[in-house]
Amino acid sequence: MDYLASVRMALPEDILSLGALVLMLVAAWGGQRSTRAVSWCSVAVLLGAGIALFATPQGAAFDGLLLVDAFATFAKVLIYVAAAIAIVMAPNFFQRTSGDDLRPEYPVLILLSAVGMGIMVSAGDLLSLYVGLELQSLAAYVLASFMRRDTRSAEAGLKYFVLGALASGLLLYGISLVYGFSGTTLFSAIASSYGSGHSLGLMFGLVFVFAGLAFKMSAVPFHMWTPDVYEGAPTPVTAFFASAPKVAALGLAVRVAVDAMGPAVDQWRQVVIFAALASIILGAVAAIGQRNIKRLLAYSSINNIGFALIGLAAGTQEGVASVLMYLTIYLAMTLGSFLVVLQMRDADGQPVETIDSLSGMSTTRPGLAWALATFMFSLAGIPPLFGFYAKFAVFHAAVAAGLFPLAVFGIAASVIGAYYYLRIVKTMFFDEAAPAFPKNEGVVEGGLIAITALFVSPLGYLLIPLIGGWSMVAAKALF
Amino acid sequence: MIQAIAFYIFAVVMIASAALTISSRNPVHSVLWLILAFFNAAGLMVLAGAEFIAMLLVIVYVGAVAVLFLFVVMMLDIDFSELRAGFVRYLPLGLALAVALLAEVIIGVGAWSVGGVNLSKRIAPIAEQTPNIQAIGDLLYTRYLFVFEAAGLVLLVAMIGAIVLTHRKRAGVRPQIISRQVARRPQDATRNVKPAVGQGVEL
Repeated sequence: MDYLASVRMALPEDILSLGALVLMLVAAWGGQRSTRAVSWCSVAVLLGAGIALFATPQGAAFDGLLLVDAFATFAKVLIYVAAAIAIVMAPNFFQRTSGDDLRPEYPVLILLSAVGMGIMVSAGDLLSLYVGLELQSLAAYVLASFMRRDTRSAEAGLKYFVLGALASGLLLYGISLVYGFSGTTLFSAIASSYGSGHSLGLMFGLVFVFAGLAFKMSAVPFHMWTPDVYEGAPTPVTAFFASAPKVAALGLAVRVAVDAMGPAVDQWRQVVIFAALASIILGAVAAIGQRNIKRLLAYSSINNIGFALIGLAAGTQEGVASVLMYLTIYLAMTLGSFLVVLQMRDADGQPVETIDSLSGMSTTRPGLAWALATFMFSLAGIPPLFGFYAKFAVFHAAVAAGLFPLAVFGIAASVIGAYYYLRIVKTMFFDEAAPAFPKNEGVVEGGLIAITALFVSPLGYLLIPLIGGWSMVAAKALF
Repeated sequence: MIQAIAFYIFAVVMIASAALTISSRNPVHSVLWLILAFFNAAGLMVLAGAEFIAMLLVIVYVGAVAVLFLFVVMMLDIDFSELRAGFVRYLPLGLALAVALLAEVIIGVGAWSVGGVNLSKRIAPIAEQTPNIQAIGDLLYTRYLFVFEAAGLVLLVAMIGAIVLTHRKRAGVRPQIISRQVARRPQDATRNVKPAVGQGVEL
């Protein structure tokens, strides 16, 4: 294949990498002063890459290392939006907290992480899978400990790094087994060797690859890092972790499951079903005792990944489409919740993270309280809100694929999850008022909260034809 | 014949230097023996026709890893006699590890004598007479160029990360600012004074 044609197909990645390199130079010379300029330029670069997504021809680039198709485009749109929001919400947070200032490397690292996530969701080969994953993870480790003077942030970074390295080891072990027993790293060729009879080595490889990926998307039993890292990392970084990398990891898992291991669907379905049910139940039960809102949202993300995995367990085109649908809505709910958490601060402007400090917010900050209530009801899957449709889509796909018991268990477990979401609503609306949070000075943040709240409100149902249709097109690209 | 002589020289020197690595009292000497062992291992690899691995051994292990060891040994104040203290206590564990390694060697030789691993679906077959450095280069800079470039980005992130997490402005240091040194004029730095007799100089 013509090399230039391949480069043109990877245009979004090109734009992001070049943008990151140029902005890194600007940051190196401009220093601290250039932070805001670099941040807004990074958002512009992400926007440019987003536009380039729709201007690039589709197909397999670099001899199949990179697959540019509707599925990758859909996932990349979600990733770029989440990355842009993570950049936008950072400056005010760092300015208010007395710790480290925001340095211009923050948006640059997020851009590079976005490159890695883009490579992950369009990986067509075990090599590009691994390199993309490491690019994303390495940037994430640094971001987690970005507040150097905060010991919790340093701990989060170190913990994430050590456990992430362990997960990379598991994944690489799986990859080496798959390569050794199939003789190739190309997804399409691996699929044919899974199709031509099951060897024990290929089975082991499959399990290890899924274990590594489960760590990256924090599915049970590889979730234990999530609450600590989410609690310790700076809140904008936590919002980023809970959104874009989840989309990338789940997108990658879907691609590996369908593209590379499609013929072994009965084997990986067991793994996925176990991870899904365990994530849903543990995410719901462990969240009940949490006092810290960031830890609670960490368990909530584990819980939600479980629901998204139900769509993957279906293993059908409809199932994959429902995963994409779920991720879209999950992204809006999670980013919205974290935007509200960013508004939680005491009179000095220092961030507070206890759930008790939300008490009586309906009287002190009614707008914020209603927004958070919307996100919580939506995360719990209460019908009029958009979060219900997300759960409905995955359960519908599971039932259509004949997985009745899985759907029944999932629905039952979602009731447990509803308890702790509703407890937050109860704290905000029915408890004695705690000291009010100071007024929000960021117009952009307020606007983003309003937009995400409107998206998950019943108005979101108007978007179903658009998102649903597009996710079906995206899922079709894999089958 | 010459190959056999070379093999025995490399092998004997390697085993001897490996033994000296663990037996010498001075840790710096240990590292130097280790470097010698690496060089001889590289020689063995060249004999076996794996010149790429030979280069890797010299560049990565001698050039980076051994130098890193040397730095650690010389910069950190480690009490090596204390490290060696529990020899008898840890002997069973050490023996178990040695047995495991021996078993691996035996299994490896056994598997090797059965026959080579058949990668039947190899997508990029290697021509018989291509040296393996050339074969790797051919693939790395054509088919896998994208992954190579992406790996470059990974290294860039590692570099940025290391700087972001450790670089900070220290108060109380006086860095050299060359542009200010060059821009300084004699009239800023010196002045002519005419002290009165018996008054001394006022500084």
